[in-house]
Amino acid sequence: MVSSDDGAAALSIECRQDAPIPLDVSISTRAGELLALIGPSGSGKTTVLRSVAGLYKPRHGRIRVGGESWLDTDNKIDMSPQQRRVGLVFQDYALFPHLSAVDNVALAMLDTDKVTRQRRAEELLARVHLNGLAHRRPSQLSGGERQRVALARALARDPKVLLLDEPFSAVDRMTREPLKQELASLHRALDIPIVLVTHDIEEAQALADRICVLNKGNVMQIGAPDDLRLRPRTVGVARLMGQDNIATAEVLDATHIRCGSHVLKVRLVDGHTAGEKVTVLFPVDCISVIDADAEHASLANSLRGHIVEIFASGDFKTLLMDFDGVALRLKVTAREAAQRHLAVDAKITVTLDPEGIHLMRVE
Amino acid sequence: MDWQAFSLTLQLAAWTVLFLLPCAMLIARALAWRRVPMKSGIEALIMLPLVLPPTVLGFYLLVAFSPQSAIGGTIKSIFGSAPVFSFTGILIASLIVNLPFAVQPIQRAFESIPRNVREAAFVSGLSPWQTMRRIELPLAWPGIVSAIALTFAHTLGEFGVILLIGGSIPGETRVLSIAIYDRVQAFDIAGAGVMSAALLGFSLLSIAIVHTLARRRGTGAHGFQ
Repeated sequence: MVSSDDGAAALSIECRQDAPIPLDVSISTRAGELLALIGPSGSGKTTVLRSVAGLYKPRHGRIRVGGESWLDTDNKIDMSPQQRRVGLVFQDYALFPHLSAVDNVALAMLDTDKVTRQRRAEELLARVHLNGLAHRRPSQLSGGERQRVALARALARDPKVLLLDEPFSAVDRMTREPLKQELASLHRALDIPIVLVTHDIEEAQALADRICVLNKGNVMQIGAPDDLRLRPRTVGVARLMGQDNIATAEVLDATHIRCGSHVLKVRLVDGHTAGEKVTVLFPVDCISVIDADAEHASLANSLRGHIVEIFASGDFKTLLMDFDGVALRLKVTAREAAQRHLAVDAKITVTLDPEGIHLMRVE
Repeated sequence: MDWQAFSLTLQLAAWTVLFLLPCAMLIARALAWRRVPMKSGIEALIMLPLVLPPTVLGFYLLVAFSPQSAIGGTIKSIFGSAPVFSFTGILIASLIVNLPFAVQPIQRAFESIPRNVREAAFVSGLSPWQTMRRIELPLAWPGIVSAIALTFAHTLGEFGVILLIGGSIPGETRVLSIAIYDRVQAFDIAGAGVMSAALLGFSLLSIAIVHTLARRRGTGAHGFQ
């Protein structure tokens, strides 16, 4: 991203306070980047979003957008939501119930003349694929259609930042997929920072360029989706990213750990000392099934065990396996499961890629 | 039909609505959205006229407004007369008695507007005044019309308070309900019947308006944009 000065077209957020909601975050994003704020309820993610919109004022904070200061509590700068030019899609969309779809969008452009804003509103509705529904009231629209109106309204002010507060929570699963795809293509077309608040990790992974994990008002980790999934800093982040294959281990030397009764080769153990207890993560990416009951245990990092349980979910099956006290979960396609004759109590051998095994400090 | 009483009644109802509505809207909006200290205490006080016997309220107002009292005396020294046995007196009484009928429906209407709808308006660039005009008033409109209808209808039938503070002075304080009472006292049953029928008609009309609006509120439809 080319920018004329350090802050141009980017968004930087700093919020600090102890009460009523503890916050201590410092986040910045580039133009054109979609940043997902993820965390359990009460982690402060919505408060951060509302602070950017000017609907919440943290005790200490600085919010800068494209070189412009929207909030700076030290210098008594606090722009009103009206002055900030943000597009905000509320969790339940907060459409104006007494106005038609097109009037909902047009109302966000009161600074232009009536004819222009009506035309612009219709263009925006067409952009979110709502042609023909412009004159319906929100009560006459489906959940997905309402979300599109809310999105069109958010874009109407030509915002400098687009904020999305759990935009998919009020629509059913069937509607969610196409809406996500549309948001993804909108994201490619928009050259402004987009902040998405969600508690759904799949949503964040599917849409975000970077994910910021919040907990109790603190940034736990911020990075690309794969960074967080494969190299989480803490067990908390790993669990939030949907990782189940977590065990405890002991560092033996620079490239080996002992996990249960197994000695495993790992990538260079950096910053850990021999004898140290660590938490180890086996991302599914590093696990490969060799054979149902392979006897050649000579392969490096191979584990022999048995299948404890198989959970079916559509095209996939999740295997719960036990290797001498080390439990691992692995998702395989239903086809692979059938070809390899994977069944409960059957023997199974897997190998673990040393490059993929991730060590974390014990908390 | 006592046309003088009829006209006086309509004037009283109209002035009551005119004065009370802006006050009621300010009070209702504050109670609905702002963090008001002693909110439930204030709400109880506004509700008091609903349960207080009108004659009791009328008695206290009579005492308070009499030229011998502090309030009545002050008013007399400024305006030349104390507000007892006058149109001003029954108007003030009517404003107090109608406070719950005006505040309640408007407060409920404002409360039913989600906070984030107003926030969406702010984020969309609407000033507080534009939000008031284009979002809050249209959405609260059914409640406001209910308040107007209820206040109007209730004023038409007010009796106890008016009798105590205003008496029955033709052209000044003798409203329809007082006139009906006077006619019955004078055994003019036909005259009382005509005026009673007029009041009944007005009351039915107001209830019809309130009901229609209450039903339309559910669908979010109304004739205001």
